[in-house]
Amino acid sequence: MTIRKDLQLIADLVPANARVLDVGCGDGELLDYLVNERGIDGRGIELSQKGVNECVSRGLFVVQGDADNDLEEYPDQSFDLVILSRTLQAVHRPREVLLDLLRIGRQAIVTIPNFAQWKVRADLLFRGRMPVTKSMPQTWYNTDNIHFCTILDLFDLAESEGLKVRSFVPHMRNGRRLDMGPKLANLMAEQALFLLEK
Amino acid sequence: MRPAAGKTATLFKDTPLALDGGAMLSPVTVGYETYGTLNGARSNAILICHALTGDQYVASDHPITGKPGWWERIVGPGKLIDTDRYFVICSNVLGSCLGTTGPWEENPATGKPWGTDFPVITIRDMVRVQAALLDHLNVESLMAVIGGSMGGMQVLEWIATYPDRLHAAVMLATAARHTAQNIAFHEVGRQAIMADPNWQDGRYYDTGARPEKGLAVARMTAHITYLSEDALTAKFGRNLQGREAVSFGFDADFQVESYLRHQGSTFVDRFDANSYLYVTRALDYLDIAGRHGGRLSDAFKGASHVRCCVISFTSDWLYPTIENKRIVHALNAAGVPVSFAEIEAAHGHDSFLLDVPEMDHMLKGFIAAAARTRGLTGGTGA
Repeated sequence: MTIRKDLQLIADLVPANARVLDVGCGDGELLDYLVNERGIDGRGIELSQKGVNECVSRGLFVVQGDADNDLEEYPDQSFDLVILSRTLQAVHRPREVLLDLLRIGRQAIVTIPNFAQWKVRADLLFRGRMPVTKSMPQTWYNTDNIHFCTILDLFDLAESEGLKVRSFVPHMRNGRRLDMGPKLANLMAEQALFLLEK
Repeated sequence: MRPAAGKTATLFKDTPLALDGGAMLSPVTVGYETYGTLNGARSNAILICHALTGDQYVASDHPITGKPGWWERIVGPGKLIDTDRYFVICSNVLGSCLGTTGPWEENPATGKPWGTDFPVITIRDMVRVQAALLDHLNVESLMAVIGGSMGGMQVLEWIATYPDRLHAAVMLATAARHTAQNIAFHEVGRQAIMADPNWQDGRYYDTGARPEKGLAVARMTAHITYLSEDALTAKFGRNLQGREAVSFGFDADFQVESYLRHQGSTFVDRFDANSYLYVTRALDYLDIAGRHGGRLSDAFKGASHVRCCVISFTSDWLYPTIENKRIVHALNAAGVPVSFAEIEAAHGHDSFLLDVPEMDHMLKGFIAAAARTRGLTGGTGA
């Protein structure tokens, strides 16, 4: 079973026997892989009915809901790991959501599209228009993304909230890893993965 | 009394049924229907729990009304709950009036109908009777127990009381407790019955006159709670019934009035007024968390192996999404695997009985996965 390359980057960081909550699990591609290939005890949260139905027919357990409203209903430390994949930029209260992830789970994997990548910067600089890229394909007026951030921004937020970055994997949309530090990655990477801990 | 058309079993002959209210019942007769065949491993049984005024005729014609089974759209050969694959059981609940012991049946101590001497029962008492019926049918464990509304409450009591007998559980449009508003509506219905002069403290069985007016009003009130304002507006608006102008009187000028009157008058043909009192009372007493110091999750501690699915509907104001989510949180907190969705549907509480494709998708996926994990292979006769 092969999964999308950027999801594989996440899966590679999930320890065996972990209890995992995938927030915004979509059609359950990652969750299916973790549960059925890796034997992980995984659960999901997904907003769309289509996604929930897809997950349920894969035999997965998914509760309809979203990160903004439904995380608070999960008890403290009820999971080993909570995953929030390419969703932080679409929530209303990203800081509170991030803290909730680390209340529910011992660790959190958060992936973000990087708003500071050079293509995005160039779009804004030369075209003077809000960027539309393959990572962020929607126009400004219909985008789900309301709180864009950059790689360095997320490092800053983690630091100010006293969170430790256990792993940092800058990568391209196709899942190709970029072997570079945060500053250069902030310019080059389309996306980044953070493994966070309190 | 009216004999049930179909199967009946007499249970609790030697050991009486100990009710939550403290009374003992022996024996207990149960009216039930089965569809399909129990497989050799006895692993393909599905119990379907009916709602308040439902019955065991889930997938076969009703013996009184002649109408098709109440979930015939879902249950049957080749259907979503495929009776070529699964052995489906549905029984008339304790206290009801289609072949199961209730106020209309004979009290063995007097040889007369119980009337209001019948002990007050709970949802858990209904489930105890279902469990005994499974013993009688030689079904030790269920692939799934499924129910909507009051049926969903029975499913909850199954999870709380007999988790070891379950592989999967589906709850539709339900709640783990009755709210003040729920109780209030039921009380209106009960008072309507009791205010009918024919009710006679519940001793109407031998008078030949039944409290039909009271029961019809109870049904009319309840029926409003099963729908939604949008559904009523879409169906009737302020349209007049068989006339050009309002009559300035109390005839059924509006279509919605004659619809409700029709609902009420057809209901009295198939339901007993005293049964209505007892079954609504059982719902009012439901408070599963209350039995566990207010923590609903404690009720589900033994069920971490039961695959659960909860579905609510956007327009259901009788058991709204928040009550269904309470169940989901409690299951989650108890480590019970659960899927949940609030499905967009315009028809109110009754949506679970209607054609809602998104509900079907979710049910289908859930049941297929439950069968897979139960070791049931695909195709018919598995």
